[in-house]
Amino acid sequence: MRKPEQELAEIKSMMERSTRFLSLSGLSGILAGTYALIAAGMAYAWIYYPNSPFGYRFSYITEEAILFKLLATALVVLVLSIGTAWILSQQKSKRSAGKFWTSASKRFVMALAIPLIMGGLFCLALFTRGYVIIIAPATLIFYGLALVNASHFTLSDIKYLGFCQLGLGVLSAFFPGYGLVFWALGFGVLHIIYGLIMYYKYDR
Amino acid sequence: MKGTYDKAFENVVRLRVMSILMVNTEYDFNSFKEILEVTDGNLASHLRNLEKQEYISVSKSFVGRKPMTNYSATEAGKQAFLEHLKFLENLIKENKS
Repeated sequence: MRKPEQELAEIKSMMERSTRFLSLSGLSGILAGTYALIAAGMAYAWIYYPNSPFGYRFSYITEEAILFKLLATALVVLVLSIGTAWILSQQKSKRSAGKFWTSASKRFVMALAIPLIMGGLFCLALFTRGYVIIIAPATLIFYGLALVNASHFTLSDIKYLGFCQLGLGVLSAFFPGYGLVFWALGFGVLHIIYGLIMYYKYDR
Repeated sequence: MKGTYDKAFENVVRLRVMSILMVNTEYDFNSFKEILEVTDGNLASHLRNLEKQEYISVSKSFVGRKPMTNYSATEAGKQAFLEHLKFLENLIKENKS
């Protein structure tokens, strides 16, 4: 008989590996953050330039054309980020000789997708109704909820990214007009920090 | 001593199979093969062994044209596994004192 400690470790590792999606790539977090920061820079140029983004009340988003440009940019960043995460995670699971599309990864994607898609549709509704000012907090909050929800099915570190997005989202609801700054912090800076931590902790 | 050492879980493949079935309501043959990195024959014989003891149940179905064999833990299997766990835990406790 093997050592009982070894047996228990074996059991625990099997339970984790069979229920959690472990090949989420840290590098994709860094890239997603970078895309978001570039997009935020572009948005800043359209809306505020030459004023500072902190110059609330100096600049209003009034033109329809700019609004749709912003929406299109946000969608491009979303698709790019998801695509990058998908491809890099697939590569990572190949490297660690695991299968990518397992019941564990399906559960992870489902847990992430439900709050994200519903939140996205809700924000689209806000957009068409003209409540542009509340969209930044709403996206951050829904994204945070999606992450906390999905954290049960992957490495649990992602939970803390979720909490940070939630905090940031609620905070930004109290500071209307700074949506772009909070967005850049949440989707840009937080993603890069999280990606770096995950990369150094698990990927190397 | 509390708990019982179960011979069925002496083999590491069977122990792993049961660990997986404790936290997944069902798990299919190919996924087992993937995660455990064992050969078809080896896995099949261990699964048959557990099935014979009525620790796991089998259900066969088709996904499209591919046959799919799903396994799940029976009540007796879960009970036996928990007893086995209890035994291991108590063993560790005793070794410490």
